[in-house]
Formats: sequence, C-alpha cells, structure tokens
Amino acid sequence: MFQYGLEHYAGIFVRSVFIENLALAYFLGMCTFLAISKNVKTALQLGVAVVVILTITVPANNLIYTLLLKKGALGWMGSGFAEVDLEFLSFISYIGVIAAMVQILEMTLDRFFPPLYNALGIFLPLITVNCAILGAALFMTQREYDLVESTVFGFGCGVGWALAIAALAGIREKMKYSDVPPPLRGLGITFITVGLMALAFMSFGGIQL
Amino acid sequence: MQALRDILDRVHPLFVKGGILEKAYPMYEALDTFLYTPGETTKRVTHVRDGIDLKRMMSMVVLSLIPVTLFGMWNAGYQANNAITKMAAAGQDYSLDWHHTIHSAFGFGHDPTSFLDNFVYGAIHFLPIYIVCMFVGGHIELVFSVLRGHEINEGFLVTGLLFPLTLPASIPLWQVAIGIAFGVIVAKEVFGGTGRNFLNVALTARAFLYFAYAEQISGNQVWTAVDGFSGATALGQMAVAEGGAVASLSSIQYPWGDGSMSLLSAFVGTIQGSIGETSALLCIVGAAILIATGIGSWKIMAGVVGGTVVTTLLMNAFDFGTNPMMAVPFYWHLCIGGLAFGLVFMATDPVSASMTETGKWIYGGLIGFMTILIRVVNPAFPEGIMLAILFGNVFAPLIDYFVIEANIKRRAARYAAT
Repeated sequence: MFQYGLEHYAGIFVRSVFIENLALAYFLGMCTFLAISKNVKTALQLGVAVVVILTITVPANNLIYTLLLKKGALGWMGSGFAEVDLEFLSFISYIGVIAAMVQILEMTLDRFFPPLYNALGIFLPLITVNCAILGAALFMTQREYDLVESTVFGFGCGVGWALAIAALAGIREKMKYSDVPPPLRGLGITFITVGLMALAFMSFGGIQL
Repeated sequence: MQALRDILDRVHPLFVKGGILEKAYPMYEALDTFLYTPGETTKRVTHVRDGIDLKRMMSMVVLSLIPVTLFGMWNAGYQANNAITKMAAAGQDYSLDWHHTIHSAFGFGHDPTSFLDNFVYGAIHFLPIYIVCMFVGGHIELVFSVLRGHEINEGFLVTGLLFPLTLPASIPLWQVAIGIAFGVIVAKEVFGGTGRNFLNVALTARAFLYFAYAEQISGNQVWTAVDGFSGATALGQMAVAEGGAVASLSSIQYPWGDGSMSLLSAFVGTIQGSIGETSALLCIVGAAILIATGIGSWKIMAGVVGGTVVTTLLMNAFDFGTNPMMAVPFYWHLCIGGLAFGLVFMATDPVSASMTETGKWIYGGLIGFMTILIRVVNPAFPEGIMLAILFGNVFAPLIDYFVIEANIKRRAARYAAT
C-alpha cells in the first residue's frame, strides 16, 4: 500500500499546502473563500470542515475512479468489461460522491459529535458546492495518485485552503480600521487583498519537490 | 523664520472650509506641518498621548536610513568605477550612458580609489531614481489626499526612500515610476492611506517589479551600473551553483581584489547588490537608532535573526551534500543579500507587522525561517527576504489573533481558579 518513502508523501503534503495552494495559487473555492472570511472564528470552522471533507472525498473518489471509472477498471466483472471506459462519468460521479459524503458526514456528526456539528453548522452543506473540493478530486485524477497519495493530497489541500482563509479573515478583521474608497468596499477590496496575498504566496513558486 | 510663519498664517483662510482653495487643504497642511510642529490635538475619544507623533516617527526612520543611503551611493559608484577600470584595462567593450556624461561634465573621473569619484558617480545613479520615486509617488499621494480628504503623510517619505534603496543602481527610471505607482495605489491608498495597509508598501512595489520586469531587477547584469558588465551577487552565484560552479564559500567570485569574497567585505558592504542592501554594518547602525528611539521593535529584529540562525543550523545539520546552499553558515546568510536591510527597516514596519508582543517574536521567527527556506530550497529565487516579509505581513494579523485568544483563555482560566 505504501509504495513510496515518507519523503514522497511529505513532498505531496508541502506542495499541496503551500506551493499549489488551492486558494492562492489556483484561485479555487473563491465564492466561499470571499464570502465566509469576515472573521477568523467562522473562517477557522469552515477551514476545519473543508479539511475533513477533502480528506474523505479525495480518497473516496480515488477508489471510485480506480475501481469503476478508469479504462479497464471494470475488468473484474468479466472479460467483456475489460475495454469499458467510463471516464466521461467522472464529473458527475465525483460531485455525487462529494454530496453523499457531506450528507453522511453531517448525519454522523449530528448523531455522535453534536458540539462539532453545531460548530460547523451551515458550512458543511455549503461546501458541497465548493469548487476547491471538486478541483482537488480532478487534480488527483490528472496526477494519477494512488489511494495513500490522494489521502495525503486531500488533507494537504484542505490545510492549505484553511490556512489561506484564516489569513484572509485575519487581514479582513484588521481592515475594519482601513478607510477603503466607497466603490471598492466589500468584495472589491477583498479581491485586491487576495491578489496581494497571492503575490506573497509566490515565494513558493518554483520550489521543486 | 517668522516671516515664513506669517505667510503661512495669511494664506490659511483660503484653505479652510469655505475658502476658495478648500480642496487643496491637504497640500497646505502638509507644508505647514512639515515646517512647523502642528498645534492641533485630537478631538475625539480617548487617545494615547506621547511626545512623538507620526511625523516625528517617520523622520526618525529617515534619519536611521541616512548612513545606509550614503554608503549605498558610494558603493554603487565604487562597483561601477571598478568595473570600468577593469574592463578598460582588459580592453573589453563597455558603454557608458548619460550618467557618465553628467559625471564627466563636473570633472570627475572613474578612479575606484578616489572617494569623490565613487560617491558622485553613485549619487548620479541614486538621485534620479529617488527623485522619480518621490515625484511620481508624491503626486499620487497628493491626488488621493485631495480626493479622499485625508492628510498627506510623512509615511511616504519613508516608503519613497526605502523603495529606491531596494533597487539595483541600473534600473530604468520608467520602471521605478511604475513600481512606486503600483505600490502606493494598490498596496496603500486603496486601503485608505498610511497606517491602514496590510503589506509593506516599498516591498509590494519591489515585488511587483520583480515579477513584472524580472530582467532588470535580477540576474547578473544589473548589479553593477555599467552596461555589459556581468557581476553576480553572492546569493546569485550560489543559486546557480547546483551545477557545481560554487562548491564552497571561499570560491564565491568577487570581481575586484584577489577575486574571492571575504566575509569582511560582505559585512562592510563593498559588494554587488541593490543600492541600500549591501552593508550589514550600517544596517546595525540604523537598527541602533531605531531601537534607541523605540520606533523599530527589537523583538522583531531578534526574532528574524533567531529564525535565521535556527533554520540555518537545521539546514547545516541535514546537509547531505546535494545542495551547496545547505552548508552555508548563518553568519554568511546574515551578511550577504538584503537580509540585514530587510530585517531592520522592512520587517519592523509597525503598520504591517504583528502588534502583540508575543506575536512579534513569532512574526520575526517566521520571516527568518521563510528567508532561509526560499534562499536554500527554492531555485527560482536566489534572494528570499522580500517575499518572506510579504509572507509574514500576510500572516501577521492571524498571529495577533491567536496571541490575543490565548491571552483571553489564560486570563479566563486564572479568574476561574480564584
């Protein structure tokens, strides 16, 4: 199962957190990123929700992909299925898996961990439609990660996204003291802020792991 | 002096509300308070009273930058004159531009041993950059202050001096103008002016130029202000050393003298680099002024140095010989490149740094760590301090948040116990 050394997994983790940060390098999940970053507390809660969902859905989608969708994946059903290629179904199955996973997770949390369920509140169902989640699944397919790699990758992506939204929320809390020109208030200045943050995150661009 | 005061008082009614030049009040105000201590006090809610205000504070920063600036001018001339002498002796082709025309019009030569030749030639390079920067940035500031109705702040004097010092002497002037315009507008004025931004303005301007016009601000050709001369910075040489060009520190090339760079020359600053960044020695002088006047936080500076030293020692311990940068000791890291300049003048910028006392240690440590990480691990950027400080700026509010939360928790626990 663990085909590579620890260094390889650490590399995937660091790359997904910093170098290929979903929010600040690929600008994925922008709607929630911009909307739920007004204060640090909720941003952190949302961040945790994203970490949990990504860590579960990316490997789950990896299983779906390798066991069902990939060309030849259905070979176990008999020789007639060896040539079947269901990759065209990947988008809809990924989204379905993400939605189902979020639903199951929500019910599990509600039943067994009510405090966490209450803390996450509306954010859990909300991130079903977060493109960062789908994006991570698609990157996983494109880079042909195996199960362990995609778990590490999903977790790393989540941590990176959570870190970025927490930093943005910190800056936005501080910006209460700013005097932004009226036409730029709200989303406008947030876009500029995110752009400047991405400039700082370019410090990782070019690191080879 | 009284006459000047009288003139200012006489025109004052024109600029107050209802006067014909009401819109231009910020200009009047800026001139008045630049020349005289303002007689006004804060009118609303409680505020901290202190002998030093924003204007004096900024003046102290400018004062602390003067040694670095003067040395930077001399060094820019020193490097250029050395290059000219060397290339002329070797019969190589080199071209001199309008800087040389002005220089020789005043009767100066290109003798690297002559203090005046060096200083004047360096000044002819630095001053146009500085003037363009002040002119463009200052006018943008003026337009914004008139339109938005805030005061023109001395904050720009600091930005306008810091930014030229981070540039190589050979930078084209139009790029200086674009860079400072980007910095002042996007990093500062859209957030409401001095004290309301979250990134260091001078560094944002530099980062913009760095990514937009990499050719004129990085590489080997730019550090010496002579066309056609190639002299890499120490970090630049190390960054390309993966092929084995620089196997050890003693083989870092230094174009003058006996050909190898000594730690002493890196410390004093007679090396290639951006105008203001080369001299660690004079950065220490600046740091002393900032700490003595209480403007720069010694905790941030100590944090950066600590972060640098710890990270470097870790790198040294895990050096397997694959990357020559891993073996560089921390005292070299502190002397070469812009680390000293950045940690003294940029990281301590009170607006974009962490505000809490514990947070300052963490913030400084993060910058030191990131600088070394970028220098050693990232082959794309030989120098790391600029991006490390911007990265620290991004996380400073979050660090503050956690420090405050921890404090609240600790207090709550203490009260619960009693």
